[in-house]
Parts: sequence; structure tokens; C-alpha cells
Amino acid sequence: MSANIRKLAVWVEETHTEMGKTITPATRKAVAVAVIANPFAGRYAEDLSDLIEIGAELGGLLGARCVAALGIEPGQAQSYGKAAMVGEGGELEHAAAILHPKLGAPLRAAVEKGAALVPSSKKMGGPGQVLDVPLGHKDAAYVRSHFDGIEVRLNDAPRAGEIMVAVAVTDSGRPLPRVGGLTHAEAEGKDGLR
Amino acid sequence: MPEVEIRKFASVVEEVFHEGGPRATTPLRRAAVIAVIRNPFAGAYVEDIQPFMEDLKPLGLMMANRLVDLLGGDPSVVEGYGKGAIVGAAGELEHGALWHAPGGYAMREVLGDAMAIVPSTKKVGGPGTRLDVPITHINASYVRSHFDAMELGLNDAPRADEMALMLVMTTGPRVHNRAGGLAADKITGKDGLR
Repeated sequence: MSANIRKLAVWVEETHTEMGKTITPATRKAVAVAVIANPFAGRYAEDLSDLIEIGAELGGLLGARCVAALGIEPGQAQSYGKAAMVGEGGELEHAAAILHPKLGAPLRAAVEKGAALVPSSKKMGGPGQVLDVPLGHKDAAYVRSHFDGIEVRLNDAPRAGEIMVAVAVTDSGRPLPRVGGLTHAEAEGKDGLR
Repeated sequence: MPEVEIRKFASVVEEVFHEGGPRATTPLRRAAVIAVIRNPFAGAYVEDIQPFMEDLKPLGLMMANRLVDLLGGDPSVVEGYGKGAIVGAAGELEHGALWHAPGGYAMREVLGDAMAIVPSTKKVGGPGTRLDVPITHINASYVRSHFDAMELGLNDAPRADEMALMLVMTTGPRVHNRAGGLAADKITGKDGLR
């Protein structure tokens, strides 16, 4: 089953200064979100495999949209994250079915490599509610400068029978990282952690 | 004359495939660009603020060109537009009014001979404030199918001494428009109204 997409939105933000300091090059984050029909809204379904397949489809689609919006080569992506918000006619488990079993592999293909766990969050919500997508380094989860998040919000979604699925990709870390820890340059990116 | 100090840019492109009705053969696209700038007048009453309009002109042009790029680079696909401003809490509503001329004329210039007044709205608000930016047809304000709006905002802006300046362009009518009125193919496009 492929996703019935009502709308797609891609948001990009660039930070050029922070606390009076110029950021060169500007840090950039993209988040792509799909609003899809929830095939299981309003009823209990034991088998969620349709949503698992939709997750695979959206991981590739939304990852590619982010990379395109940033205008980078896939290998230039530095961090990523994913999240879903299920409209009131669904259940939290629907978000889990989309996000966890199959979304990761096509997302990793879209950003090249991706040794690290894709950080995620999920919630139930209604139109206009904010979804905070966590961000972490794509090859080494302990890279401290890349722990971040990005907010996504659509005034008209998710309706009761819908799910908002978001993927975020960056080509940079926080604007002024200075809390130490493993750095992007030091990361080996073999075990997904360091 | 104060320089325009840009802290960040954000952009969003929405593609609307349907809203519960028939799937559109060509999805409606709505794009917005937001610039978060320092408000040079924050914190004090300044009588003569008009020179800043001149300073904002290059920013307006840059944002209008970015919008066209976000929609694929061809200005002829643009059918609707709008603009808005959120002034941070240490500023006044009048500062937002400085965006009318540079924002509006920039889009009309980039789009060639756009005839209609650019609809607008503005308010004072804090970080996370959302602004519903009105949208109308670029050549005839009375085209009913193109009356629309886009909700815009940023979780971290505007700070008290900032302004968030916004421009919006769309590629067509509401996805299921059927409320009658003047149709886009019936306009004369001479007076900007019909």
C-alpha cells in the first residue's frame, strides 16, 4: 500500500548570526513533512504492515526532499531525525509502525551512510500542534555539537484521520557549539556511536 | 542609515495534492521566505523611520528571487502573492509598515508586470507567534479562487529587538476552489482589481 499524501511541506532555515556573532557558513536545517491518510483511523488493526511499508516509502521521499532543499550532495548531510504525529482517530502505535521498522534504510540511502540510530519522537495531536523532531549526528551519535531539534507545524494537519510524518536533515551542527564532547571532525562513524 | 542585519532565513514550500476531494493533476504549491532581522528602532521612539525602507529594498528583491527559485525558477508559474511582518516586543507596529513598499514592489518587479496590490498583514509578537499572511491573485485582486493565506512563524523569532519579514507566492487557486466569483481566466488585468 502506498501513502495517500494530502500535502507535502519542506522547511529550511539558515542561521547567519547568533548572539551577535556571525556564523560562517550559516548553519542549515531542513525538515520535510508529509500529511498522509491513516488507513487504520477509527478502528483497531492488529497488523500494521501497511503503515510499515508507508514508512519505507516516506523515508526515501522525505530524506531526498531535505537533501534537495539544502542543495547538497547526500554525503554532505551531517545530522538527521524523524518524528510522527498521529491525528486523534489513530493511535500512537501507528506512528511507531511508520517510523521504526523500515523508514531508516531508505533515509540512510538518501543521506549516504548513516551509521547512527535515527533519533525519533512521536505523539498524538491535532491541527496546528507542534512536532519537535530530534536531531543527532548521522554517523556518530555521540557528536555533541549536533544534538539539536527542529520544530514543524502545519495549521491544517493532522486531521483526525491523518498522520504527519517528518524527516529532518542538516548540513551542520548548532550555530555556536561550545559544550565540548566528540566533534564532527573526530568522529570515526563506524559503530554509529563515535 | 542602519544596515540590515540578518540573523536567519527560513523558507517553506507546501505542495497540496488534495483536501479530501479529487486529487489535483498539478498540486498547488505555496512558498514563503522569512527573514529575521534586527529592528534598528527597537527600544525607543524614532520619528523618522522611512529611510529604512530604502535599506530593505535589496532584501526584498533577494527574498522575491528566492521564492521564484523555490518554485522552480520560472516567474510565470506564480499566480498569487502576499506579505507580512511580525515586529518583536521592543518595537512598534509602525516598524512593520516599513515592509509594505520594499516587500511588495520587490515581488511585483520580479514577477514582471504584476498589477494587483500585494495583500498584507502585520502584528507585534514574541518568539513562536504565527502570522496568517493573506494571499490574492497577482493581477486582479477580486479573483475569488486565489484568495488564500499561509500561516507562518518561527519558534525562536522575533526576539524583542527583531522583526520577521515575510513574502509568499503561490502557483494557483485553492485546491478544491468552487466558491464562484471572478475566475482567473476572465480577468482583464488592467486595474489590478478585475
